[in-house]
Amino acid sequence: MSTFYFIAFLSIFFSLLVIFAKNPVHSVLYLILTFFTFTIHYILLNAQFLAVVNFIVYMGAIMVLFLFVMMLLNLNKETEPGKHYLAKLAGVIAGGCLLVTLVGSLKAYKVSAPVVLQDPGLGLVKNLGKVLFSEFLLPFEISSVLLLSAMVGAVLLAKKEPKATA
Amino acid sequence: MELLDIGIKFILIVVIFLISLVVAMYSTYAERKLAAFFQDRVGPNRAGPGGMFQPLADGMKMFMKEEIIPTQASGLLFIVGPSLAIMTACIGSAVIPWGQAITIGSRVIPLQVTDINVGILYIFGVVSLGVYGIMIGGWASNNKYSLLGAIRAASQNISYEISMGLSIIALLMVTGTLSLKEITEQQHGWHWNILRQPLGFIIFIVCAFAETNRSPFDLPECETELVGGYHTEYSSMKLGFYLFAEYINMFISSAVMATLYWGGYNYPGMDWMAAHVGPIIAPLIGVAVMFAKVFAFIFFFMWVRWTIPRFRYDQLMNLGWKTLIPLAILNIVLTGLFITFL
Repeated sequence: MSTFYFIAFLSIFFSLLVIFAKNPVHSVLYLILTFFTFTIHYILLNAQFLAVVNFIVYMGAIMVLFLFVMMLLNLNKETEPGKHYLAKLAGVIAGGCLLVTLVGSLKAYKVSAPVVLQDPGLGLVKNLGKVLFSEFLLPFEISSVLLLSAMVGAVLLAKKEPKATA
Repeated sequence: MELLDIGIKFILIVVIFLISLVVAMYSTYAERKLAAFFQDRVGPNRAGPGGMFQPLADGMKMFMKEEIIPTQASGLLFIVGPSLAIMTACIGSAVIPWGQAITIGSRVIPLQVTDINVGILYIFGVVSLGVYGIMIGGWASNNKYSLLGAIRAASQNISYEISMGLSIIALLMVTGTLSLKEITEQQHGWHWNILRQPLGFIIFIVCAFAETNRSPFDLPECETELVGGYHTEYSSMKLGFYLFAEYINMFISSAVMATLYWGGYNYPGMDWMAAHVGPIIAPLIGVAVMFAKVFAFIFFFMWVRWTIPRFRYDQLMNLGWKTLIPLAILNIVLTGLFITFL
């Protein structure tokens, strides 16, 4: 339990650093650390497959792309767009509304009894695969089609328009 | 009892760590000797008999050189870069089975640090993490050549990770397990995966070259275009860490290829050996066979480096995206058909 609290503290600490860091590249690096703490959470929950996939996909691929773009953009103080005070005000109001909603919805819940895992091997890759390919086959396949269509859409958007006849 | 187990694991980890470092150290020597051989030269021959102490002399030189941190560099990250590079290089060896379990009395000692049931994915994760060392170091140097090198490394790694993953998927369809230990055990008695996945292996080895930034894919440190690439600003042992990490990566990826495709510690006639020389010597012969395979791959890495010229960057991307990925997908389809109908 103490491990959980320590890792949870680190998660929140690093995610706060993500938004407080001045330099966008530092922000991305803190975000990577945050994802790493998530991986540890998954391992603590005995979900090895999810942990490794989180590690590979989020830390190893998506965050590399984030870092890549941040480095290419070379953002710094001079290129930062000036923030209008109205925009800041809107940001504060929107954030406050979100906070109120979150606090309101969380207050409705009571502290749940500690969940006892029925099957400690639930998160292992074998069990996960069996559940995905039997019980949840249809949603699984549909989400894969969704991903495919998103990929095709992204390629279509990124493709250069054929030049108009000049 | 419990303490003894932990002690054995600890010794195993230390031994594997030391072996990785020594192999990496002598890989630098082997590389220079082989380069000399391929170019009809003598190579390093001054330090010790036949230049045997050359790596020690090089290491000493690295330690003694002046430590320079550029004033415009981003201080902490400049140090984090090489540290991360060498760390990710070293942790990959944790899941590789180096040999069969040794039985001493009633105690069975597995020659593998840990057999997690997602072993391959762990290796894959460590590989994908390796690029951060290069990227962070290149960016923190605050030098445009370093940054270009870092960005090249990132895009190269991302591109080749995809086909590497796809080739591993085809392998998994054959083996049906993610544990490296089980994969090695399945290959017992000439059921080596290279015979079942020849195309997958070719894709995997090309990707391994790209992931370790070895020639012909050493674009991130392409000295004719980028001065020195991501480590232009590095000096002393921080540079040493980057160079060393490359050799450790080469060692680990050779071990992974030997384990996944070439039977790991399996060798012809190992059952006869196990029956005749006892439960301590036979696994050790297996370890020797494993290392022989690893060294053969390291030799192959070097052979390619001194034979094939470097790719152009667009050729690299074309090969990765337009050749390897379709080939890997084709391999998956073929494997599926093979499993279904044969």
